[in-house]
Amino acid sequence: MKLNSPLQVYKYLPQINCAECGDATCMAFAAHLIDRSKKLDDCPPILKNEYKKKYTELQTLLAPEIREITIGTGEHAKSIGGDDVLYRHQLTFFDPTAFAYDVWDTMPEAEFVERINKITNFRKFYVGKFLKVDMVAVRCVSGDPLKFAGAVKKASETTKLPLILCSFDPAALKAALEVVRDKNPLIYAATEKNWGEVADLALNYKVPVVLFSPDLDKLKSLALTFREMGMKDIVLDPGTYPQGKKLKETFEKFIMLRRAGIKEGQKDIAYPIMAVPLNAWLVYKDTVTASYWETVLASVFTVRYGDIMILHSLEPYAMLPEVHIRDTIYTDPRTPVKVAPGVNEVGSPTKDSPVIVTTNFALTYYTVESDLSSNKINCYLAAVDTDGIGVEAAVAGGQLTAAKINDTFQKANFDFKDKTSHGTLILPGLAARLQGDVEDVTGLRVMIGPPDSGRIPGWMEKSWPPKPK
Amino acid sequence: MTKKIKLSELGSLFGGEIQALEGVKIEGDVEIDLGQTGMNPQMAYALGHETAQLAHHLINISRILGYPVDQMLGAAPAKPARLSKLIESKFSVGKIEEWKTPIQEVVLGATSSDGGTRKSTITLGGETALPYYFDSPMPHRNHITMDVFDMPINMAKAVKSNYEDVINSPAEWAKKVVRDFGADMVTIHLISTDPNIKDTSPKEAAKTVEEVLQAVDVPIVIGGSGNPEKDPAVLEKAAEAAEGERCLLASASLNLDYARIAEAAKKYNHVVLSWTQLEINAQKELNRKLMKQCGVARENILMDPTTAALGYGLDYAYTNMERIRLAGLMGDTELNFPMSSGTTNAWGARESWMVSSPLKEDSDWGPREYRGPIWEIITGLTLSLAGNDLFMMMHPTAVQVLKEITQTLYGGKESEPVNIDNWTSAVI
Repeated sequence: MKLNSPLQVYKYLPQINCAECGDATCMAFAAHLIDRSKKLDDCPPILKNEYKKKYTELQTLLAPEIREITIGTGEHAKSIGGDDVLYRHQLTFFDPTAFAYDVWDTMPEAEFVERINKITNFRKFYVGKFLKVDMVAVRCVSGDPLKFAGAVKKASETTKLPLILCSFDPAALKAALEVVRDKNPLIYAATEKNWGEVADLALNYKVPVVLFSPDLDKLKSLALTFREMGMKDIVLDPGTYPQGKKLKETFEKFIMLRRAGIKEGQKDIAYPIMAVPLNAWLVYKDTVTASYWETVLASVFTVRYGDIMILHSLEPYAMLPEVHIRDTIYTDPRTPVKVAPGVNEVGSPTKDSPVIVTTNFALTYYTVESDLSSNKINCYLAAVDTDGIGVEAAVAGGQLTAAKINDTFQKANFDFKDKTSHGTLILPGLAARLQGDVEDVTGLRVMIGPPDSGRIPGWMEKSWPPKPK
Repeated sequence: MTKKIKLSELGSLFGGEIQALEGVKIEGDVEIDLGQTGMNPQMAYALGHETAQLAHHLINISRILGYPVDQMLGAAPAKPARLSKLIESKFSVGKIEEWKTPIQEVVLGATSSDGGTRKSTITLGGETALPYYFDSPMPHRNHITMDVFDMPINMAKAVKSNYEDVINSPAEWAKKVVRDFGADMVTIHLISTDPNIKDTSPKEAAKTVEEVLQAVDVPIVIGGSGNPEKDPAVLEKAAEAAEGERCLLASASLNLDYARIAEAAKKYNHVVLSWTQLEINAQKELNRKLMKQCGVARENILMDPTTAALGYGLDYAYTNMERIRLAGLMGDTELNFPMSSGTTNAWGARESWMVSSPLKEDSDWGPREYRGPIWEIITGLTLSLAGNDLFMMMHPTAVQVLKEITQTLYGGKESEPVNIDNWTSAVI
């Protein structure tokens, strides 16, 4: 965006502090617009006619550097692009890379449907949510527009996920668009050769379009030409070469395009970028090798600026790391990742099992939890609400206190007399100095665990069960 | 502009008199798109769209009632001009001016001409841009050091199967990773020295280091057990045994007697690994202490800002490294050192070793034999993009694939030309 301080935004706002947006003041709202945690339309007064000019101006100034475009319709529609920074710590990245997995029009129907269902239903639980994949890319392998349109129709009947229609043949794209014109699919692709006809399709059917050229001069020419003809919903594919020096060049092109768009404000090419890790399959035929290399390419271009990508492997060992690396890169670094406070069971605890305390900082919690579960230690693990701060810092900062610990067990209705035979809780080694306080507040016996949860197994051997007093 | 009529607004279109539309079944609040291009309801009707059929009926009703529907439909603005030729253009983009400070070059290993016995050395660092960027080429490729332990340890099954024949001999283990798996370096982890494990004496541990040095001729990393009370003494003794070899001593950290380790590195000519936990300011502090307080020369410092596994804090590890590298390039001389990653930590992620997902809601996790190595690869690869130079790894396949991609991005891999112009129709 073109503005970088709340004060600059404030000038355009109604300045009446009506609080209808949920913020007490227009200045506070301005700060939310700058960090993109609220949208201009959240301000009811500015939507009135009298502010129309300011609204329009401000909207232009607040628009992200990389154009945000939407593919598909309804609740499964996905927006891509929308970024304002080159590094996630500078703000955060918006609109996680959209993952589209392919099907093709020469597949037997049962297989075709099964594959689409597999894509649609993929899920991986992670930190309180499910990681999923986003789109289905239908490829025209037959060369027959009618057959392609039939496959696209079948795909749209099978899934609500947005579709990408993939063919360099305008006739095939047209036939497919006829059957899914109301679904806002992305069409792939306009090239130096077919651009006139594909432009007609994108205009007539009002759909977003991918421009393909490994030559960045040509790619920019295409983008300028399409923009001149009135199209804004453009995606750039600079070509994903799967190997060697050409792959290095591909990597460099992604950097160049994004740097030009964000750092240099070159509006002409400030569009979402597409990667095609599927091209790994053009060189590797063995499923494991191709899936591995495809996952490697997907990861490289998830980290460096791919906004949408087309993938082939549905192997779990490809999809799991793919959705995780995307989550890694797009997680908002401004908010500490937390887990829900409470007392959780690890394995199948009995009355003789230990009760261990940690914080609700997701990284700490999951590390401790996996250290325990992987060592098959049955226990209760309490996540104390420390605002998502780790043990050491929370003890120093007062977010982890005896009262907070006591509170966690009380809120969870965890009665030590009822649940345990030992009436003992175990503090993290890094919280040792709370021992006396916790004993006083809870009336429990308090033991000090190791400073690193990786050492809990050794500690257990030596110190558990607690010796009778 | 597209005009949209909501069903609820139809009342006004019809003068507010029609209560129900006979013969038209309506569910929910249907939007009728009266857009200017393409979506001619008559044409869509012919194509059999349900909503289009509805629109067609409604428009017929309107027409019968005398509303100028056809004018509304025809009132679209003129089509944008079609161009007959591409607009010519040149793309260019600048380099980053702010990247003025090179990353310190650090040499690991010493040959006989430098007072050691290694056959070759490894140079890390020297970058003047983010890795693999076009701004300036990376002077040295990434390197991989493979883990060897001084006693059998718990390992994921997929890892262990590679080492069962050498698990009781650090020397044989070291030979195997260099000979069979292409390790650039070997890390000998002296974990048995931990008082909670075997409490092996520093003197005994130093013998293991000597064995490894004799078994292989690549540079080595000497790792302690991670016990902050014991490690300084262990590393000191090991450093003495490996005098002159320019080993990497792993590690100095703020929670142990780093000065003693720094002293050993200086005295016996080694490099110090400056290890902090995901905190850029702590990294600055420790580096500063090593340089100013302990007098370690710049060319003898490497950093380990901590590696968290994919899905277990890699976002922190990645951003921490990227910030450190950017700060270094932009002139922070307390942070412009090469970096090392304990990529093996990836095996702590349950996705890398668990037989199947503990959650029934998850899609099938598939065979773990394939999940583990890729978890290690992606963890390392992500950090390589943030600027990490040296990778400490365990699985042979992970090592090979990470080498392949990092060396490709570095520019060291040729390949046959691949035509990517026809992927949409490729049979795969």
